[in-house]
Amino acid sequence: MKLYEKAKILRSKNSGPFELTLDVLFDNKQAYEEVKASGVLTKEVIAKAYNIALDEIYHFIYFDQALGIKITIARKISSGSPGDRDVYGTQQHAPLMNIEV
Amino acid sequence: MMGGVNILSPCGMLGYGFPVASFLKAFDQDIHGIVVDAGSTDAGPHKLGANVSIVSRLALKKDLSLMIEMGLQHKIPVIIGSAGGAGAKTHVERTMDVIREILQEQQQSAKIAIIWADFDQQQIIKANQAGKINPLSRHIPPLTEELILHTQTIVAQMGHEPILRALEERCDIIVCGRSYDPSPFAALGIYHGMDEGLAYHLGKILECGALCAEPGTTKDCILGTLYEDYFTVQSLNPIRKCTPTSVAAHTFYEKEHPYILHGPGFMLNLELCTFTEIAEGVVEVRNSQYIPSDVMKIKLEGARKVAYRTFVLAGIRDPLLLGQLEDVEAQVLQQVQTYFSEIPKDTYKVNFYHYGKDAVLGEQEPETFTGHEVGIMFEVLAENQETANAICANVRSTYLHYGYENRKSTAGNLAFPFAPSDVEFGPVYEFSIYHLMEITDNPFRLEIVEVSLA
Repeated sequence: MKLYEKAKILRSKNSGPFELTLDVLFDNKQAYEEVKASGVLTKEVIAKAYNIALDEIYHFIYFDQALGIKITIARKISSGSPGDRDVYGTQQHAPLMNIEV
Repeated sequence: MMGGVNILSPCGMLGYGFPVASFLKAFDQDIHGIVVDAGSTDAGPHKLGANVSIVSRLALKKDLSLMIEMGLQHKIPVIIGSAGGAGAKTHVERTMDVIREILQEQQQSAKIAIIWADFDQQQIIKANQAGKINPLSRHIPPLTEELILHTQTIVAQMGHEPILRALEERCDIIVCGRSYDPSPFAALGIYHGMDEGLAYHLGKILECGALCAEPGTTKDCILGTLYEDYFTVQSLNPIRKCTPTSVAAHTFYEKEHPYILHGPGFMLNLELCTFTEIAEGVVEVRNSQYIPSDVMKIKLEGARKVAYRTFVLAGIRDPLLLGQLEDVEAQVLQQVQTYFSEIPKDTYKVNFYHYGKDAVLGEQEPETFTGHEVGIMFEVLAENQETANAICANVRSTYLHYGYENRKSTAGNLAFPFAPSDVEFGPVYEFSIYHLMEITDNPFRLEIVEVSLA
């Protein structure tokens, strides 16, 4: 199954103009726990999906109360500066969607 | 369940609008204040740099009219965070102008607090020299005097403290310049003696309006209630419901970390929070921890003008050209540079974006292109508008007629949707200051204005 089929919400947004934050949220504990336990989502997988170095991933954290995973990465170009392609950062989640879980 | 402090958040952004029925429903109980966030850096540095607003004046007035009417009628404060979008002087003044107009129309008097969040360049230079300013995160470069001098507008995010003073002055309307989004909400709770951790956590949830409910939206009202050792949130519209996961998930919305939130002078630790549905659609939250910092730091924001832009939108359908877009563009650029040999190459930049083919993710796009047409946008960034226009016109005409290898379509390469094709954009900004500044005294000036129509 692909991650987007299993997750209820899979989104991206700026967390300030210099970072991008990715949220993966589930609507049932079982799906969340399965993904968490499976170990298929790792910093290495994220780095590969986004073609970035490991140290550009600032946070990769499971938050049990929200049944969610948060990943925060560095932006290559700050929001709205020349060369930026997504000012709000809302379409940067797509590379995560097809990861097999 | 007695003794709660009820805070009404009408919408996630002042001027986004909200259903009047949801708003009025709040007044089935005693409301202690109407608090609305009006700011964001989401839309980039342009609002701050160019001193423009996120919402229209019309929308601002429409939303504020009802808030002020109900606020004055119920003798409860109306608090606006980050007035005007970026919360700088011009933004605050524009909001004040609308408030005066509303009071005039409603024939009402009011005591208004204005809390300014602007900083002048010399203040920042001094603080920087004293080593009191540091980048917010590690890939933001350190500040230099030159950078500060090139930054026209500088604001800082206020915490709850100056807002608390305005509440103690019993102001009817409080117009805050740039604020940490949850601060105006937290200030109201703290004013009523509630716990800082709960007050700020509730503020974090309320500042987006009904985005913490399901279905979520920034364009509807949410009611937050603070008690001694917990708070509750509930939707004021029967079509939406708060659930433990919707509220917990919203806790980490657009934040860098799911449960550690940094604010001015403190950190919130929400790791041990519990989210429980205590009645249909009413979610109770406990254990939000407020950890004061040893040193008081505020976040500075500044935007500087970096270029002028002209851009063109067009479509490309020819498969022979689609097969060699990047090569053709490199050749077009080469020809433009040769033509404008008197303009140094490093003083302008041409960027090509291929919608339908990697435009959104750029070099991070994992898919390969399989389409039959591409929307192309190219922009020229230069030191002044005239140069940007001139170079853009040359890129456009060179591209349109470029005789690439194996070309069959000798009449032209670009399908323009509009005439004229070139769009003059104006100045382009970037966040040049996004740093933390150590402070000891409160730098946010409180001004109190009495508008009297008696």
